[in-house]
Amino acid sequence: MSFFTSADVTTGQKLLEIIYIVIGLITLYTGIKNATDKENPYRVGTAVFWCTLGVVLAFGRWIPPMVDGALIIIMTIPAILHKVGVGKTANPTEEYSKSVFDKIGMKIFLPALSIGICAVGFAIFLPQLGAMVGIGAGIIISIILLIVFNPDNKPAVFLTDSERLLSQVGPLSMLPMLLASLGAIFTAAGVGDVIAGLVGKVIPQGNVNVGIIVFAIAMALFTVIMGNGFAAITVITVGIGAPFVLAYGADPVIIGMVALTCGYCGTLSTPMAANFNIVPVAMLEMKDKFGVIKNQLVPAALLLAFQIAYMIIAK
Amino acid sequence: MALIKLLGVLIVIVGFALKLDSILIVISAAIVTALVGGLGVTGLLETLGTTFVANRSMAIFILIMLVTGTLERNGLRNAAAALIGKVKNASPGKIIGAYGIMRAVFAAFNASFGGVAGFVRPVIMPMMEGSIESRGLKINEDYMDNLKGMASGMENIAWFFCQVLFVGGAGGLLVQSTLEPLGYHVELIDLAKAEIPVAIFAVIVGIVYYYIRDKKLAKKYYGEDIAKIAVEEEK
Repeated sequence: MSFFTSADVTTGQKLLEIIYIVIGLITLYTGIKNATDKENPYRVGTAVFWCTLGVVLAFGRWIPPMVDGALIIIMTIPAILHKVGVGKTANPTEEYSKSVFDKIGMKIFLPALSIGICAVGFAIFLPQLGAMVGIGAGIIISIILLIVFNPDNKPAVFLTDSERLLSQVGPLSMLPMLLASLGAIFTAAGVGDVIAGLVGKVIPQGNVNVGIIVFAIAMALFTVIMGNGFAAITVITVGIGAPFVLAYGADPVIIGMVALTCGYCGTLSTPMAANFNIVPVAMLEMKDKFGVIKNQLVPAALLLAFQIAYMIIAK
Repeated sequence: MALIKLLGVLIVIVGFALKLDSILIVISAAIVTALVGGLGVTGLLETLGTTFVANRSMAIFILIMLVTGTLERNGLRNAAAALIGKVKNASPGKIIGAYGIMRAVFAAFNASFGGVAGFVRPVIMPMMEGSIESRGLKINEDYMDNLKGMASGMENIAWFFCQVLFVGGAGGLLVQSTLEPLGYHVELIDLAKAEIPVAIFAVIVGIVYYYIRDKKLAKKYYGEDIAKIAVEEEK
């Protein structure tokens, strides 16, 4: 409690911590709901996964780092054993959505857009609170609008709907967070220095433009191999981006961010990114297994070239 | 012997390439790297705990889910279908382009309409088929196959390159938390701004490329007929 009454902590930080507590509680609810859900084939595993995650998200700040780390490891065990499942879900029926749409109409876009608008608005006009708190405010507005538009939207509806979505995306939704932690472990263990030493034998150190080209192409290439731009960015930024580009004073905002979208050019070109390139083939009943990728190769190449030029110019 | 530190990187690359369980890959790579890199078990747990807690902002998507599902329940997808349905008498290439713009704008607000399964198949495909048939032409399977590929491509391109404009999206958050331990502090709003030119270029490339490709393919599969019909319509 001292955290929230302390004068040393900014209002933005306090609000952010409240947001994390709410996120943690939604996650905890997901765990508890599934623990008691007879339709879930893996009640224990599902509950362990979401409840440990919920505890770390809500209260991680007050838990010793070592315990947090141990909880994360515990959390991943049921996920790795594929013992995290989906229970009873109440998907909205097509008829219901249609009937509500007939009542609300195009106004439904307002609550959909309010989150993004608040995120940008807060980041620009209330930087001391920040974009994350803006998202929180946007969600409150969105919820109020939805309740006003349709009295059926009781608080329980929002909670069950979020549980439904969270259960459906499952443990894989934690991948970006785990990858970010892996990136930090790579950095702490000195992996970046080793890669930099190796790459330094091949490409000249000190030439930022060459560094940018290698960074961008490596991002695309490694994403093609791994099928996941998020996995690539953690490895390649530490190994190539930082020592060969950022170390020479290039703008970390432009370079760090655009490198990720260079990786996305790889995503467009690889069957490894099955969700985006192979699953649609099946869903649309296409004859050519690579029908999606073939239609993406030219834009991917153009986009990679554009981004390399952009990084060199704007660095 | 420093090379042994790369074992974790190798695990990530090979693991993803072999399509092993993603979380298993990341955790094994973390444990192996911590052990060969001299962090030990304590260092592993401490670094993992500290960074995971520091990166909790990436869990903001859970908060957003508080409304995503309910928006869908209240007809967001129906509204999107009604919006794109206003594009009348258009060629498949133009339908794909219009969808690209709509998806791009909403991607910047982190709003999706169900992807290929939820939107392209039930809404965009019938629109394209209707467009071909309204010209008095039979559906050519190879042509349709390409149109499906292009619609999926537009869907992916618009989403990938415009979702990064959403301040608080997973991409920007990951970049922010990757740069932080390297000693570079960046703001989310600046990361989003950096992507504006890329996003605009991506949408334009997608629209123009698929428009030209559709014209070419239509000519290939329907000969000069379709060109004539198009000219008559414009009169």
